[in-house]
Amino acid sequence: MIGSSHDFAANARRALGDRRLQEVLTKVHGFEIKRARAVARLPEFETLREEARDLKDHVLDNLDTYLLRFEERVIAAGGQVHWCRTAEEARQTILLLCRAAGAQTMVKGKSMVAEEIGLNDFLAAHGVTPVETDLGEYIIQQRGEPPSHIIVPAVHLDRHDVEETFRARHLALPAERTLGEPSRLVDEARQILRERFLTAEVGLTGANFLIAETGSTVIVTNEGNGDLCQTLPRVHIVLAGIEKVVPTLEDAALILRLLARSATGQEFSTYTTVSTGPRRDEDADGPDVFHVVLLDNGRSDLLGSEFRDILRCIRCGACLNHCPIYFCVGGHAYGSVYPGPMGSVLTPALVGLAEAHHLPQASTLCGRCECVCPMKIPLPRLLRTWREHAFNEGATPWRTRLALRGWAWLARHPRLYRLATEFGITVLGRLGRRRGRFGWLPGAHGWTAGRDMPAPEGLTFHALWRQRLKHQREQDLERRAHEQGRYRNASRDRTRPRTRPGPGVGEPGPGVGEGVGVRPGIEPETGPGKGPGTDPGPGMGMGTEKRPSLGPGKPDQGGQP
Amino acid sequence: MNGARDAVLAGIRRALHRGEANAAAEAMCRQRLERHARSTVPGGGLLARTAAVERFVERATELAATVEPLATLDAIPAALAAWLDRQGMAPAVRVAPALAGLDWSRAPGLTVRTGPAGATDTASLVPALAGVAETGTLMLISDAGTPTTLNFLPDAHVVVLHADSIVGCYEDTWDLLRSRRRGQPEAWPLLPRSVIFVSGPSRTADIEQIIVLGAHGPRRLHILLLEGGPLPPAENAEDGHCPADPTAVEAGGGDGG
Repeated sequence: MIGSSHDFAANARRALGDRRLQEVLTKVHGFEIKRARAVARLPEFETLREEARDLKDHVLDNLDTYLLRFEERVIAAGGQVHWCRTAEEARQTILLLCRAAGAQTMVKGKSMVAEEIGLNDFLAAHGVTPVETDLGEYIIQQRGEPPSHIIVPAVHLDRHDVEETFRARHLALPAERTLGEPSRLVDEARQILRERFLTAEVGLTGANFLIAETGSTVIVTNEGNGDLCQTLPRVHIVLAGIEKVVPTLEDAALILRLLARSATGQEFSTYTTVSTGPRRDEDADGPDVFHVVLLDNGRSDLLGSEFRDILRCIRCGACLNHCPIYFCVGGHAYGSVYPGPMGSVLTPALVGLAEAHHLPQASTLCGRCECVCPMKIPLPRLLRTWREHAFNEGATPWRTRLALRGWAWLARHPRLYRLATEFGITVLGRLGRRRGRFGWLPGAHGWTAGRDMPAPEGLTFHALWRQRLKHQREQDLERRAHEQGRYRNASRDRTRPRTRPGPGVGEPGPGVGEGVGVRPGIEPETGPGKGPGTDPGPGMGMGTEKRPSLGPGKPDQGGQP
Repeated sequence: MNGARDAVLAGIRRALHRGEANAAAEAMCRQRLERHARSTVPGGGLLARTAAVERFVERATELAATVEPLATLDAIPAALAAWLDRQGMAPAVRVAPALAGLDWSRAPGLTVRTGPAGATDTASLVPALAGVAETGTLMLISDAGTPTTLNFLPDAHVVVLHADSIVGCYEDTWDLLRSRRRGQPEAWPLLPRSVIFVSGPSRTADIEQIIVLGAHGPRRLHILLLEGGPLPPAENAEDGHCPADPTAVEAGGGDGG
């Protein structure tokens, strides 16, 4: 399914109809709960997010300097660095290294960059057998599937699927063995992979960080498979994107405090390993050779683009775990290596908009991803920017384009716009008066299939706004007259503040207007923390009296759902 | 491949709208690399000695590690043999060369081998360089005396940790590593080949997010916490101290997620 981003709509429909998948996907909510718990336990979390964002921005501003220092230190520690512009260059480089080692088998730790460059198929086609060793990756490799999540690759499967797969693939084992429990499945994979670890000539891992100060690579795992990959084989290859570099060990510590908490809700992953060069003369074990393959593959282009912020991504998966679209369709529907919000920003850059123009649309822009992103990446903004690109480049389907163009034309003709909306509101208001809502609307059945459209009951947004301005003017005049009168009459009250005791002056929320405190229609476009289906259509005249309350409480931007 | 290197660097500089970094920017980065400035360290990483040890034990236990306080190094062989017995494991251990000098005659039934771990080793004994109170994390390094494989291949990972070497936060361990390197020749790599932070036994939640211990690495992590001062081993460990703190010995059932 990789490379089927252009089929997102069909993929998503299929996923929504897959009851088993829907059931498994409900388990993703577990990550939300665990993350919230871990964040609540660390009062400094928000401060760390800000520091981490600033750190990564600093690194990106000086990316060449830090990469050069990293390279210098790797070499000083006895390792080698290979720079690769493209996925193809990286594949060729890794193949050459395998051939030089006379390798038949490569054991692999989990690496999304390896997925990005399609390493497994390439190696297999060139006589090197890649063996995934992360349990989730191993399972999907046995099934010939791509990962459906960047940290839990087999999240779309349940124990029965895994049992079925193992029975079909592990034919050497007795057929009558019991396998129902996850612990049995884990044991079986452990047994089989142990053998592979001990015999493979090459081990490949990704890297969560590259440390410029020391020339080290850092991996973060729970299973210990990554460590076996980088310790037992004679050759250790690290494959990493150029954006992974950080200046010092202290900087890695900062991001490490955010990474596991955001990903799995752990305070720290079970194993965090810093590798520097090959084994030393006095060491009793460890690889003889240490290679770092640095991959650009479009990252330097991103650096100079309005999507630069996505280079701060540390691949924790929090945005997937909190995305309502991801919950509904799972990772495979995206048809890309990186699913979910971060994937929908990254994929168009990697494969082009022609293939991936649906992905930035696969978002409600509800903003949860940004709220939980440990690196404070403005994902909704980046998704919107891709939508603009898609429109400008003609990648958007013609019907959508036509509709948008029509709307844009209308919006640029205020009188016509007002006329049209007033007409629409009146007609819809009449038609819907009896039921108060519509279960069906021409041309909008996609929207009404899942919810009712409330019938407008009065005025358009413009009319409401005019009314309000008028009302405010009258009040202002009245008050001024009143205050002037009082000023003349009495000077004792001079210290009294001019502002009425309205909703908290100085509160950050919108609508701090004197006294009134409500400006209809300035509702933020997205209200994280709001349940689905409660968004009032702007300007749909939800009753003139019942203005949406915009009290001082701002929508939760604090990142702590 | 030099072409690719230059092209990647040129691409980065193009994106940053500049040529090679100017002297001022380079100096700023160099300074940043040398200063080792810390970001905000959470309160849990700033505890003083006793509180740090307490927190370490509490967090490690939460992560399904077990902690056994011991008075002296000499008590290790017997304690290890007894623990293996309690776990129902074979009385055999692969010991890090750094601990080969212990008096193993104190654990008569125990088969002791030293060196890196092999496929058949079921238990290992390794000294940790430090413990990190912040998250109950052990820090181990690769070295002639402490092969890395000991930390990953055997089913049971038994780690010796001096209470005195429990520090507050990860940053403290970086300082510790840097201080070890002082006085070494300039060309010496800045870190050992492997620096490993261990928080509990190996685990996976890849099937239905159900946590299973012992995915690829050890199924059990047992920490022998030495209360007394550091080396050298005392002459007579038989009499005297009885490990106190009963809460610390309790097995941790919690899963860290």
